[in-house]
This record gives sequence, structure tokens and C-alpha cells, in this order.
Amino acid sequence: MVFRKQPMSGEPVDYIQRTREQYAHLGYPPYQWVNNPGEPPFVPLGKALRDARVGLVASGGIYRHGQVAFHYKDDFSFRLIPTTAKLNELRVTHFAYDLTDARADPNVVFPLETLRDLAQLSRIGELSRYAYTFMGGIYSSRKVKEILAPAIADRLVKDAVDVVILVPV
Amino acid sequence: MSSAYSITRSVNTPRAVYLDFPLGHTAGRAGDKALQRKVMIDTLSALDTIQVPGTIRTLPYRWADTDEWKDKVMRPNSEKGQHADDRVERSPDPQYQLEDDRQAAELNLAKNGCSDCIWLAEQDMAR
Repeated sequence: MVFRKQPMSGEPVDYIQRTREQYAHLGYPPYQWVNNPGEPPFVPLGKALRDARVGLVASGGIYRHGQVAFHYKDDFSFRLIPTTAKLNELRVTHFAYDLTDARADPNVVFPLETLRDLAQLSRIGELSRYAYTFMGGIYSSRKVKEILAPAIADRLVKDAVDVVILVPV
Repeated sequence: MSSAYSITRSVNTPRAVYLDFPLGHTAGRAGDKALQRKVMIDTLSALDTIQVPGTIRTLPYRWADTDEWKDKVMRPNSEKGQHADDRVERSPDPQYQLEDDRQAAELNLAKNGCSDCIWLAEQDMAR
């Protein structure tokens, strides 16, 4: 198989194209990536960040010691992580990326301490009570769109967040 | 926040920041608190200032001096022009980071069913 020429400096890795190449080589049909055409819904932030309650949602497979870990077969469950959690209580499990750095410093996929520091510095108003985490290696985008995402969105609405930081891997 | 430009483009988020780092570092480099903070301040600033729906703002940080790391991404045997199936088996059992986590979780499950673990039934769709 001939690969596309190497990306030039600064050019993003095209994960859609590389998945297509890998699947083709393994003899699988192409993965159906989510594609939402048209203009996305857009709500301007209605207040200053220093007054905003900020939510955090991450798909890197973060769980807390004492919680059931994610499994690797289309797990579309999620975990509530109190935003007061200690860093050394956080764990990371996922099948699709190198976990070494995330396990050494969970902030790289779950910027909890980073946001706590910024709340302390009044760059944001406050962190919401809970962060929500799941394991994003879910083949069915339908399950994410119809079950998981609405369940997390419901929680965020109940938490009265003004804005949410989404951290995929 | 994103480190996968093409996927975020395709999903078509209302607004995003793009950090050109290997997957697993969406919010910065491990142990580099200063960079993590810069990345988050830039992210918050994007939230505040992006006005055109669908904008992806590229953040001005590089993983390394060269882009060599990009050559091997999802191409474990690319020098031979071959792909190995390096994907992990999809097990339906919880994948604990530490064995100690399993014991703590099982205790917690027996006690209160892990009240902060939320399992969603397929039937919930019909709500």
C-alpha cells in the first residue's frame, strides 16, 4: 500500500484518512465517522468567564479509585467525578491511546487541577460540582448521540453550568 | 479541545481549539503545569472570542521540534508499508489500572452499587 506523502510541518495528522487506510488493509469496511453538515448550533457565552460555572466532560476513560472501571466493548456508561477529587485518586483506562502520560498526570486528558487553579485565580467563576467521564472508544455513534450524550447533557443542565469544557482523546 | 483536527471538523463542533499533539495529550504535556495552564487559558479565551460557528482555533504549541512523531501514528509497521492489527481485544470486563482498584470497586458495588457509576440501558432511548 502506498501512503499519502508525509504531512508537512504543522499539518495535522488526518486520523480519518489513517483509520480508512488501516481498516482497508485489515479488510474491514470503512468506519462511519460522525459527520454533521451545515452550521452547528451556537450559543454565545452570556456572561463573563470570571462569573461562569464551568463543567468538565472527558472521554479519555477516567475513573476514580472505588469506581467500576470502563470495559472495552462499546461501554457507554459514565462516571461522576467530584471536582474536589484528589489527583492520586484518578485512574485512566482506554484501548485506543497510549496511557503512559495520562496515568502519570491525569491533567493531560482531564484538566481538573488546571481548572481548579484557574478558579482559584478567578479566571473562571467556579467549577461545577461534578465532572463527567466516559470511555470514548464506542463504535456506535448512535448510542452516544441518542443515549450517552443526552444523559450527560441532562446532568449538566441540572448542575446549572454556564459552559462546558469537552476533552476528547 | 481537540488533537484530531479532521474528526473535529467532521463532527462540526460549535467552537473548538486544536492542539497538534499526539493523542492522549489533549490538554497539554504531562507534568508541564505551565503549558497546561496556557492551553486552558487559550481555550477559555477561544470560548469568549470565537464568533463564527464551526471555528477551530489552532493553538500555538508544538509537541517537538520536528513532526517525525506523526509518521508512525496508526502505522506501526509503516517502514514495511504494512499495517499490523495492533488494536486491543474488546473485552466486556472492567479494565482496571490497578488491581487494588478492582477490590475497592467490588467493595463499593456490594455496599451501594457504585452510585456514581451511571449505566444506561438501551431502552432509555424511548424516554
